[in-house]
Formats: sequence, C-alpha cells, structure tokens
Amino acid sequence: MEKTVYSYIKAMRDIIVENKDFLTQLDAEIGDADHGTNMARGFNAVVEKLSEEDLDLKNVLKKAGMGLISSVGGASGPLYGTMFLKAANVAVDNTMDPNVLCQMFKAALDGVKERGKATKGEKTIIDAMEPAYEAFVEVIDSGGSVQQALEKALEAAKEGVEYTKTIIATKGRASYLGERSIGHQDPGATSFTLLLESILKNYMK
Amino acid sequence: MVGIVIVSHSNKISEGVVDMCREMAGKEQKIISAGGLDDYSLGTDAVKIANAIENADSGDGVLVFADLGSAILSTEMAIDILKDSSKDIRVEIADAPIVEGAIAGSIEAYIGGNLESCLTKAEEVKIFSKLNK
Repeated sequence: MEKTVYSYIKAMRDIIVENKDFLTQLDAEIGDADHGTNMARGFNAVVEKLSEEDLDLKNVLKKAGMGLISSVGGASGPLYGTMFLKAANVAVDNTMDPNVLCQMFKAALDGVKERGKATKGEKTIIDAMEPAYEAFVEVIDSGGSVQQALEKALEAAKEGVEYTKTIIATKGRASYLGERSIGHQDPGATSFTLLLESILKNYMK
Repeated sequence: MVGIVIVSHSNKISEGVVDMCREMAGKEQKIISAGGLDDYSLGTDAVKIANAIENADSGDGVLVFADLGSAILSTEMAIDILKDSSKDIRVEIADAPIVEGAIAGSIEAYIGGNLESCLTKAEEVKIFSKLNK
C-alpha cells in the first residue's frame, strides 16, 4: 500500500460529503436527521487539520479520531472517534502488514462495541462492522490479498446494512420508534459501509 | 466542593439549567455548562465536556448531568480523554432527569455533600412526584 494514510482519510471525507444528504435522509426516517451533516462536518474538520505531509499512520489516525470526537456532534463522534483512536493504538509505524491491519480492525471494532455498549442485532454500525471484520480476517487468514479482504469485507458490510432493515432498533434515538424502525436501514451501518467502500476504491486507484 | 457539569445537545438548555442551579447555589460553586457545539448548533462535544469537567473540579470530584443519547456517549468519551491524559479527577454521571437532578445535586454540593451523596440526591429525583400524587 504505497498511498498515504492522508489519501485514505480524504477519500473517506469525499464519499461522506457525496452522500451527506442520503445519510441525513436515512437518519430523518428513524433518528434526529443529522447523521449526514454531522459526519460531513466531522470529516471536513479532520481533513482541514491534516496535510499531505502528515505521513505517520499512528499520528494521522489519532488526529482523525480526536478531530471526529470534537466536531461530529452526535453519537457518531465518540463512536467513529474511538474507532480511529483504537486502530491508532495498535498501528505499527507505517507497516501495512495484513496481520497488523487485522489487529487494527479488531481493536477498532472492540472499541466501538465497548463505547456504544452494543452487540450485533441492535440495528447499529456493529451490524455492518462486525461481519466486515470477520470477512476481512477470513480472507487474510486463508492467504488472500488485502484487496480481496477489502472486497469481501465490503460485501459483508452491505449485507449487514440490508440486515438492519429487518430488525428493531434498541439503541439510540431510533429505539424510541420500536417496531416502526423496521424497514429502515441504519444510518451508522450505512456510513461505515461507505467508508469501507472509499478505502477499497482508494486502495485500487 | 463537588463540581457540576451540565451536558445537553442544546446550549440553551445547558445554560438554562446552570442558571436555575445558580439561583440556589453558592457564589463560588462551580456549575459549568457544556452544551451544543461551538457554532451553537445542536450536538455534544466530548472535548468541550472534558474541559468543563477539568474546570469544575476543585479536588472533590465532578457530577455530570446529561440529556440523552450522544450526551451520555460524549460524556463517557470525555472521562476517557481525561484518564488518557492522566488527569486524576473523580467523575460520576448522574442517572437522573437533567433539570431536577442538577438542582438537587448542586444543592447537595452547596451544603457540603461529597460526590457520593450528590449522586444519591440527584438520582432520588427519579422517584420524586412533582404532582404530590
């Protein structure tokens, strides 16, 4: 992976900004109608704080995490912020060793689960993130490439988003809706899937 | 004295709750608002909350009142940020209604209660009937 971590963060920002209205619309259906606006504000702030000269993986992930925490404004701030901070903790200099990537993914997932006190099946980001992580590790463990792992992870995340349409929200604002939340896809699971898509696209560039 | 921090998505709410608490509180008592985002839009900001907690602490700990959802998540994140920067501050989040709880908690702090008794007084409000039913 020769591309800089900055280019990945920028790709994430771009996909979030492109889908800002879509994410807010999803959130309007079952939440407080701010997910797209919040995520776009957060990622814009993060990109502003970074520059192309920022090459240190750990440092960039940390800056991104703190930037999201202080500028997103909704629950996604602490959740996505924790994701980046936890991944930064286990990142090893600028090594993009597939096994290190697996560990970063795992640390990020565990961090989000702990922060949100959430498990799979509660119509949250975890419904996309956990299957994505499992698919990613499975490919790497069986000797596949990072690209193949990202492709499988994205596929699993998309299935996870579809799955969120079938279940009742028990976390966050959507939980106030009870059964009326069925039929709507979770905005957080959707934004995570978009981020994963931007990572894969940037990787393949 | 135990410090109080009010966290709401709305800056108007947190400022208003602070004003209401101040009516009955001591002049030097630290009751700090950490609501909304810097541009006054609705939301919660863990870094802002962490700063408020730090400013509210005078050594006896801080009791935080938060409205809902991300206010709780952001407060928990703020506590972790303080821990990670090795700031040794005792912090509790009250499981109580934000207005009534904050008033009960800040009065208990004013009359010399410790963090535990402030937390208890604040959380007792949950079963308090305002219609005397």
